[in-house]
Amino acid sequence: MLEIESLNKTFAAPSGPVVALRDIRLTVGRGEFVTFIGPSGCGKSTLLKIVAGLDTVYEGSVKLNGERIGGPGIDKGVIFQEPRLFPWLTVEKNVAANLSLRNPEVRKRVGELLELVRLQGFEKAYPRELSGGMAQRVAIARALLRNPDILLLDEPFGALDAFTRSHMQEVLLDIWQRSKTTMLFVTHDLDEAVFLGQRVVVMNPRPGHIRSVLDIDLPYPRSRTGASFQELRALVLGEFEKVEKGPAVDVGAGI
Amino acid sequence: MRPTRTASSVRIVNALVGMLLPVSILILWQLASSRGWVNAVLVPPPKDVATEFGDMLASGELLSHLGVSARRALLGFLIGGGLGLAAGLWVGFSLRTERLLDPSLQLLRTLPHLAVAPLFILWFGFGETSKILLIAKGAFFPLYVNTFLGVRSVDNPLFEVARVLQFTRWQTIRKLILPSALPSIFLGVRLSIAVSWLGLVVAELMGSSSGIGYLIDDARSFSLTSVIFVGIIVFAAVGKLTDTLVKLGEAKLLGWRDTVRGEG
Repeated sequence: MLEIESLNKTFAAPSGPVVALRDIRLTVGRGEFVTFIGPSGCGKSTLLKIVAGLDTVYEGSVKLNGERIGGPGIDKGVIFQEPRLFPWLTVEKNVAANLSLRNPEVRKRVGELLELVRLQGFEKAYPRELSGGMAQRVAIARALLRNPDILLLDEPFGALDAFTRSHMQEVLLDIWQRSKTTMLFVTHDLDEAVFLGQRVVVMNPRPGHIRSVLDIDLPYPRSRTGASFQELRALVLGEFEKVEKGPAVDVGAGI
Repeated sequence: MRPTRTASSVRIVNALVGMLLPVSILILWQLASSRGWVNAVLVPPPKDVATEFGDMLASGELLSHLGVSARRALLGFLIGGGLGLAAGLWVGFSLRTERLLDPSLQLLRTLPHLAVAPLFILWFGFGETSKILLIAKGAFFPLYVNTFLGVRSVDNPLFEVARVLQFTRWQTIRKLILPSALPSIFLGVRLSIAVSWLGLVVAELMGSSSGIGYLIDDARSFSLTSVIFVGIIVFAAVGKLTDTLVKLGEAKLLGWRDTVRGEG
């Protein structure tokens, strides 16, 4: 379980301090899939970095399973926008990374995960031989090998074409349903947020703040063209449009 | 798509294209000599050079001189290159060491061989030590500079991945920094070897009683131009051979790279 309480984050800029996140409160249950959406500058990536432990300078409390997050760790898997594979390692060695494939247990798990992300047969391929979607799947397998409690995805499919992107979304849901890993997924794509998340967190920019949290009460697999999907999409879009128009009333008090 | 050709036939065609220029020069040279366009004492015909080469090879003279030279170059390269690699890694890993060592090393780097050779001879005599040290001095810097640059050019996002995956310090060095620095290190090795040969010639011309450089210097005093040519050809051939060997090692270890190749 992830608990974020009154989280504030300020960056030092040449022109003075910039408030990146203000009073973030959110609780994410084990195995939940939560998507974050908001315009650029709303601090959604900053929030993810803090949960990942890559940024430890903040005020407030961020706890994973009751423990304060003090640094990066394998319990918090991170998928970046780029796959960030090691170009000199084959697919299977990229997944293993600092673990040895000579360990039969690691080898077995790597095999299973490559099957999970549908990359059997590419074990010996090098990253340059893979497409963007395949490379991102290797990165997901690499994170899952460490059995993370939570997987943090920062616009992981942002660089992919529309067809690959929707395929990857289905792959990710499949992985989620089988691995039951908690997912925090940052995106700027409305459809993606509604298609994937059980809850959608809509964020305001400058300063980054949670505007609203919407439940997407739809069973999986979801149909992008279904009436209820379109209805919820319109609801999220409505919130999103209010964000675009400027600061919402509920955060205005402190300014 | 161009019609598919097998890799070996492409290699043969490439080798033939590469030989086109040297072979035409050889033909022109032989023609110029036999027609008397050039002075045969200053520019002996290729046939004479080849005969000289054969004679020196048969008498064992060439191989013994080559052996002496190769030993000097190898030792100098191993000492200088090894230290350069170590220093490059050390300075690369630590900003403090960089501030301490790099300015002095950069100062020494610009010193030409010919300027320090007399000092080396005074200090260490005409023996092997001064020669090997002179070669080592040259071999040090290319490996130092390129190793240092390689270590420093590691992709920052990959460092973040190493942090997230909880690499230990040793794993970060062995699994991230060294592989990313390897292309630079290889470039350093190739440059160091080339500089080792340069240093060798300077060391042997400055005064010695054996080695290919001595052979050339000795032949000069007797105006034996064909022997000078043999010496030059041996230098070129060995230089090319070692470079090819390093390239082969490079291709094996850096096969993961998406190398850009020229078209056509």
